This record gives sequence, structure tokens and C-alpha cells, in this order.
Amino acid sequence: METIEHNPAKFAVGDEALVAQKFPIGHYRVPMYMRGKKVRILRRLGKYINPETEAFGKNAGDKLWCYLVTITQIELWPAYQGKAIDKLEIEIFEPWLEPVKLSTNEQ
Amino acid sequence: MSSEHNHPHDDHAPIVCDEKPGYYEILEISIRELLIERGLLAASEIRDQIEILDSLSPVHGSKLVVRAWKDEAFKQRLLENGVTGALEMGITIYDDTDFTVLENTENIHHMVVCTLCSCYPRAVLGLPPDWYKNKQYRSRAVIEPRAVLAEFGTIIPDDIEIRVNDSTANLRYMVLPVRPKGTEDYTDEQLIGLVTRDTMIGVKVPTV
Repeated sequence: METIEHNPAKFAVGDEALVAQKFPIGHYRVPMYMRGKKVRILRRLGKYINPETEAFGKNAGDKLWCYLVTITQIELWPAYQGKAIDKLEIEIFEPWLEPVKLSTNEQ
Repeated sequence: MSSEHNHPHDDHAPIVCDEKPGYYEILEISIRELLIERGLLAASEIRDQIEILDSLSPVHGSKLVVRAWKDEAFKQRLLENGVTGALEMGITIYDDTDFTVLENTENIHHMVVCTLCSCYPRAVLGLPPDWYKNKQYRSRAVIEPRAVLAEFGTIIPDDIEIRVNDSTANLRYMVLPVRPKGTEDYTDEQLIGLVTRDTMIGVKVPTV
């Protein structure tokens, strides 16, 4: 039987995305140091209950896509003292990821 | 000395408990007492759960690592799905998290941190060490992992990639360290002895 995915994942493995640069008040699983950073999607982890509403006791069964993403340490910390090959991996929920738009220079 | 306290023991400073509880401690006590008062939880259930948590130890993780070292097919299944892999060894990931095993290789060294709080694969490693919950480790592990590793006495060669995994949502990570050379003839018990808690967090490598 064919099923319809009403909430398809917006990002594919290998895509680049920007972590949103927003600072709302509440319970968020995105550390400050990741905000505004460009990452690459490593894996679609699946859909999980939204921790931002669950933290306040709400669970209407709404699940969000969550991704494992990667970034090099040098992109993360311009003054990084380690090696260029070093990386960081972290889970990010879809509402915190924005597509990377090409700048006019690159188009 | 009172007549109630006349057994011989080593000298030690008297254990006093005169600190006033903090905001969150009072909050926890209030919620706990309300839950008990309303009959939603029994005091014994809370104590039972604390006892279970305290009894967990990293030996579950060590056993998973040793089996993965010796059984390639098991290793692949464990890397593919940590929850079902652990279950094969009778270990239940009871907290509904996605237990995820990170394989160290000759080229990659993983190190686990939870910058936001203290996410940790308790079902396989037991309770996290104090330093894992400490703000110093949590902030520095992502900024200068090589310096933090060096402070733990772990020098990772320059040509090996350090991959820091910040555990922020549903995944709970355990590092599968590289089996040290020269352990071909080791028994399972000897191998388990090499796989300490810190080697599975990724701040140490097993050595012989």
C-alpha cells in the first residue's frame, strides 16, 4: 500500500544548511555556539517529538525531522588551535535549519 | 562522645549538613512531595529508581566493545543500530533514546560531550563522572578538544581527525575504541579490563 508522507524531510544527506540565528526564550536544544553556522547534513535521523513544546508538558504527537550535521572546527571557531581535519557533529531539529542561498556574486 | 556513638572508627572531620537548600533543590523537593501527596508516585518507587541508576556500571559497555572487537558481524549490527545491538547482549536501552556507537579507526578519534547538560548512555555506561557534567569540560571539549585530551593524558597524533560529538537531542553516544595491538591472545576478561569508562567517552585510548 502506498503511503503519503505529509511531512517530508526538507534536507537531503550532503545538503548544506544554515543554523538559524534566533534567540527565543524557552527550551531549545541548539547550543548558542552553533547559531548562524553553516553545516552539512550527514544523516536524517528520523522524526522526534518536538522538545520545545514537550518541555512545557505539551505533546500533541507533533514530530519534527532531526538531522545529524557536521562542521569543521576551523569553520566553527576561526581561532581554532587544533588541526584542519578536526570536526564536530551535532543533532539539529529541522525548524532550526535554513537552506543556503547563493549570494548574487556566486549566481 | 555520646553513648549513641561509641564505636571505633578512623578520625575524620564531622560530617555537617548546614548548607541551605538552593532554589532548584527546593523546587525538586516540592514537586516530589506533591507527587507523593497526590498518590502519583510512591516514595519507594523513587528510591527504587535511584538504586537502579546507581547500580548501573560501564561494564555493559565494555562487554559490547569486546564482542565487537571479536565478532565483525556483531560490530556491523551494533554500528547500524545500537539499541538492537545492545539488546543482543541482553542490555535494554530503557530510556527510549537512540543508543549510537561511534567507531574509532586508525584515522578518526571520537570524543563525546553534552554541552547543554549531561546526556550520557546511562544504560550502558552507568552514571556520568562528575567532570563530564562540569561546565569546564562541557565548554572546552568543543572548543579545544586536543588540549582537553592532553590534560587527560591522551595525545592524539596530528594526522588523526578528532571528531567531537555534541549530544544534544535523542542520540546517546558510546565510543568503540581501537583494539590495542598485542592483545590477540587476551581472554575476554583481560580485554574487558582494558575498556574503561573513559575509553568509551573518548577521553582515553585503551593501552596494554
